Amino acid sequence: MKKRLYKLPISFSMIQFALGADRKWQGVDETVVEKFAEEAGRPAWEPFINTDQGDLLLFVFLLVGLIGGFIIGYYWRVLFKDEKR
Amino acid sequence: MNKRLVFIIIAASAVLAMPNAAYAMHISEGILPLRWAGIWFFVAVPFMALGIASIKKSSQKVPASIPLIGMISAAVFIISAMPIPVPTVGTCSHPAGTGLAAILVGPFATVVITSVALLIQALFIAHGGVTTLGANIVSMGVVGAFAGYFIYKVAIKLKVPLIPAAFLAGLVSDWATYASTSVELALGLSEKGSFFTLLKAIIVAFMPTQVPLGLLEGFAAAGFFAYVLNRRPDILIKLGVITRSEHSRKDAVYEEAAL
Repeated sequence: MKKRLYKLPISFSMIQFALGADRKWQGVDETVVEKFAEEAGRPAWEPFINTDQGDLLLFVFLLVGLIGGFIIGYYWRVLFKDEKR
Repeated sequence: MNKRLVFIIIAASAVLAMPNAAYAMHISEGILPLRWAGIWFFVAVPFMALGIASIKKSSQKVPASIPLIGMISAAVFIISAMPIPVPTVGTCSHPAGTGLAAILVGPFATVVITSVALLIQALFIAHGGVTTLGANIVSMGVVGAFAGYFIYKVAIKLKVPLIPAAFLAGLVSDWATYASTSVELALGLSEKGSFFTLLKAIIVAFMPTQVPLGLLEGFAAAGFFAYVLNRRPDILIKLGVITRSEHSRKDAVYEEAAL
């Protein structure tokens, strides 16, 4: 019985992922914020510096993720590991 | 203010302003009329000033707060830009992270952390906007942080155990952030007499994504808070997040549970 309980949410999630795939997983800023803004006649402006070009955005994502992880890891060690020594 | 601390916050904010225009609750550039954009800026500025003073005071009183603020800054950015798919609706959104930050480093400090992150996101990664910066700071940094902090303090006063109180902080801060975003949008976009109609429509549109995401943020806040509580309760006591008696009560609750 316990195994079935664990399998149930996983199965449910997989089904929902499959069902939601055709919606392209848009963010709420598109599905909510910008939708209502456009209906009110106030579409979003072009960003001042647009990094959403080709693979540039992907690069920035990876770079900040890498550096961000390093920062968190560094201070994690300072806070939680160095005290033990 | 400690220059190192300033550098830490700015550096953490800069590098962690993940570009994620498609996944955020941030109000995009130009959506709000300039009048409302200006009003939200004026609302945000005093909180930012008090936040800078708060960080300076904390760093002088408790030097260990500096790495905590640095880590929280980085965590807020990652959390606030992490697109989490919500299978039940097929959309993505991100938590705020400000509830957890508020109970760990204080709500005013959280406003500063959020402000720097949002500014850099708006300038360099088309996430949010410069004109809407004030509104985004108010919703995520002010309302989100203070709502989470307030609920945490009330829960503690009502003798709610610490970890569930942290859960409530994460949950309420997430929902409060999106509720205030809804208010900002409704105020800026509604015509005469249509504010409440538009507000209701926006809130209803947010709900399918944010209800489960708020629960997720609550659990994440509780989990991380529990970790800090177990590993470095001294920092939390020094920062006034918990008292020694609350920490002792936590141990007593766990001992009773073990028995």
